[in-house]
Amino acid sequence: MKVESAEQAQADSHYRLALVELLTQLADDELCLGHRDSEWLGLAPDIEEDVAFSSIAQDEVGHAVFFYERLHELGEAEPDDLAFLRPASERKNAILVEGPNGDWAMTITRHFLYDTFDAVRIEAAEQSGYVPLAQGAAKIRREERYHQMHLHLWFTRLLSAGGEARERMERAVRHWWPRMGDLFSLGHREAEMVRLGILPWGSEEMRRRWEERIRPAFLENGLPWPGEWRIEGADGRQGEHTGDLVALIRTMSEVKETDPAARW
Amino acid sequence: MMTTTGMKRLWLALENVKDPEIPSVSIVELGMVNAVEEEGGGRVRVSLTPTFVGCPALDLIADSVRGQLTDLEGVEGVEVAYVMDPPWTSDRITPQGRRKLQEFGIAPPPSCLEVAPDCPFCGAGGGEVHNLFGPTACRAIFYCKRCHQPFEGMKPV
Repeated sequence: MKVESAEQAQADSHYRLALVELLTQLADDELCLGHRDSEWLGLAPDIEEDVAFSSIAQDEVGHAVFFYERLHELGEAEPDDLAFLRPASERKNAILVEGPNGDWAMTITRHFLYDTFDAVRIEAAEQSGYVPLAQGAAKIRREERYHQMHLHLWFTRLLSAGGEARERMERAVRHWWPRMGDLFSLGHREAEMVRLGILPWGSEEMRRRWEERIRPAFLENGLPWPGEWRIEGADGRQGEHTGDLVALIRTMSEVKETDPAARW
Repeated sequence: MMTTTGMKRLWLALENVKDPEIPSVSIVELGMVNAVEEEGGGRVRVSLTPTFVGCPALDLIADSVRGQLTDLEGVEGVEVAYVMDPPWTSDRITPQGRRKLQEFGIAPPPSCLEVAPDCPFCGAGGGEVHNLFGPTACRAIFYCKRCHQPFEGMKPV
């Protein structure tokens, strides 16, 4: 089923709710990680990485803006208000993207694991029956390719360096792995997303495709597969979050809270 | 209905809208203009496509489009919309746009991203990809092994 516009999507409340759910997950994931990326500005290991991470941060936040704008068209609040003024309990990002960056190995590992998932998800979104989402996804996919190439390079580079770099990478994989369960969840409206053609397939298929791409990266670097995971602790897709997100929102919204009319 | 000459006048005016970060290249040459439509009563609608979704220059460009077209006689209102269909790709840059990019010292986008474009300064091929990311979302940094200059290039997307 093709839905060409926000007006058409709003005519069916089930369709609208399922679409809002998916767009919120997409937007919140990208905003959190984009903000974390920006925290490397001036601190990255070398100047090239400073440039790269600033650029990646700009892309991710730009993608979040695109999704928040689509939400606003569907009757949700202004994009800036969605980004800055919602409490943690209303956020749908995965737990993986809200925690602090940690060291460089932690940063690279999280980004690589997330970007691979994001690629799988954006490919699905490109086949969405909701035309505005499919069109944006087609554009975003072309940009995300660069992130994937860059992060894959770093993932391999640090692991093949051996010594302390490899130790830190192995520690990073152990740290993030149990925090990834909800990344693969599409929340409680998944069945409707698929039934209504907002997505061509569900979370099981996304996880399968993710594994298909991540396993070779583990294999080529001699990393044993850490095993299956399930959602443990908080489930971000249900609005359950850690204190890290509360602190992150406080930082992100500092300007807006101080002066709601500020322009930047 | 606006006449053909009227349409031509609008497109010509859009040639004055430059990329804020590459001031010699217009948004027409960059392939950012998807459509220009006259909606009657002097109202004009311009559909633009962003080079990168998160490009921070989009608002500036939209303002500049409004400014350029509002100045034209007979134009009463200008609506600027960013659209994603068809999406911008680096193939949309016109031959003239590619030439101007090179003159500005930015290599026009190569056909694939694993290969460095020719150096915009000495013309040598076979350079190195130095950083897939550059000073703006749409640029990468390369290194010329002949004239030993780092140089910027537009990313193929």
